[in-house]
Amino acid sequence: MEPIIRTKNLSIQFGGHKAVDRVNFEMPEKHFKSIIGPNGAGKTTFFNLLSGELKPTEGDVFFRGHSLAKKSSVDRTRMGLGRSFQITNVFPSLTVLENVRLAVQSKEKVRFQFLKHYLHYKKITAEAIAILDQVLLSNKQDAVASQLSHGEKRKLEIAMLLALDTEVLLLDEPTAGMSLEEVPAILEVIRQIKARGDKTILLIEHKMDMILDLSDSIMVLFNGKLLADGTPTEIMNNETVQNAYLGGLYDGELVETS
Amino acid sequence: MDLIISLVINGLATGMLIFLLAAGLTLIFGLMDVLNFAHGGLFVWGAYTGVFTYTLTESFLIGIVAAILTGMILGFLMEKLIITPVYGNHVQQILITLGSMLVLQEMIKVAFGPNAIPVSVPDYLAGSWELGEVILIKYRLFIIIVGLIVFGIFHYILTRTKIGLIVRAGVMNKEMVQALGINIKKVFLFVFMTGAALAAIGGMLMAPYSGSIYAEMGMEFAILGFIVVVIGGMGSFSGSLFAAVLVGLAGSFMAYYVPSLSLAVNMILMAIVLIFRPQGLFKMAKG
Repeated sequence: MEPIIRTKNLSIQFGGHKAVDRVNFEMPEKHFKSIIGPNGAGKTTFFNLLSGELKPTEGDVFFRGHSLAKKSSVDRTRMGLGRSFQITNVFPSLTVLENVRLAVQSKEKVRFQFLKHYLHYKKITAEAIAILDQVLLSNKQDAVASQLSHGEKRKLEIAMLLALDTEVLLLDEPTAGMSLEEVPAILEVIRQIKARGDKTILLIEHKMDMILDLSDSIMVLFNGKLLADGTPTEIMNNETVQNAYLGGLYDGELVETS
Repeated sequence: MDLIISLVINGLATGMLIFLLAAGLTLIFGLMDVLNFAHGGLFVWGAYTGVFTYTLTESFLIGIVAAILTGMILGFLMEKLIITPVYGNHVQQILITLGSMLVLQEMIKVAFGPNAIPVSVPDYLAGSWELGEVILIKYRLFIIIVGLIVFGIFHYILTRTKIGLIVRAGVMNKEMVQALGINIKKVFLFVFMTGAALAAIGGMLMAPYSGSIYAEMGMEFAILGFIVVVIGGMGSFSGSLFAAVLVGLAGSFMAYYVPSLSLAVNMILMAIVLIFRPQGLFKMAKG
């Protein structure tokens, strides 16, 4: 089967520093892949290259075989490559429901309908509520977004990403900055998205138990390079990875590999 | 008491006219981050084309429609030709919109002559009602009602429609709106044209109120518009109504009780707001 997303020699250089260095990877449709690697390994930069926030200095990204070199991030979202944001980035003065509704309606072109079709408008609202149900946030739909807890804001971000209804979801550390009590809820949300089986998901995460629980495959980035890519078992048993990352993580310090 | 009521009505009517100008200004600034110093030019063009049509057809209503159309056409051309190339660059925006303001103002003199043109209130809006001691001037009430209707319509659009949601979200964080895949450029054009049309309506309603129109009235009124935008909070629609009414009332009362201060009162109001609440009274949180 043709990979839904593929990179070829994807690289970006900031000054003399190669943040992402000739990464070749591909993933099939409806696959769940996690990206791990120590801080500064280039994970978020890699995401930014996929989503079009950054332009590669070398190489290219392919979506269903089509080059994305000339596509803006907005184009990529429209094509089906949706990205969540690492920084909490919702509309603070809108209600939770309005935030999601905005994402739902963004699938449609902007039209100057001053007198909207009432039923259609209802449909958008219903869709937004259904998505809030999925992320277990429907009890907060009328709350103003700025008053949500951090964990709830992250859920709202995922809801907005789901509302865009893209085939590929790029999730950048959805549990970052969350309190321990909030993590299981997000995990459950992601697990349910996976269980529905209609999305291709690429996840950056630090929590290994969560990664091992969810992933079909794992890729490891280290110093911008793709160190390994394989099933969770393969990665856990990969000695280079153990030295470079897993060992280093658990020992609290990184072990450089040659 | 009757005096107070008269002053209140007077202030409200002026406030509504300023509101029509400021509403567009505040949305254009809030959403598009564009300081449009040419807004007064749209106001005065609305007044002139409206009055021209009103005189020609003898229908005030058709005059208002003509003003709206003028506003939308000028708004369309301005956004496409003048504003689009300078998005994101405030210095260039100030220069080119201020230049456009002067061009629009002088073009009025070319098209309609340099002299002030007298305008009368249409018959059915002339005169007044007397309620005991209180004299209610019909045209002023008419302005207040039109202002409130416009506010109601736009409040509805902003809070209850798809495009309104995009505008409100865009004022907070337009990058994020774009990241969602929404073509915000189209929304910019819509907001700019709407703002221009509102200013043009304001100009047209102003004409019979002040009794005459002249090319410089746009510039004079635009300053009040800017003051209102600052007081109300840049980007806040409700704030611009509140602030416009405040400025209108302050002007009306000061002109009667402390005439020497009537010109300064707006500046004083703005200074007070800037000292104690520099983001404006109704400023929304930015994302």
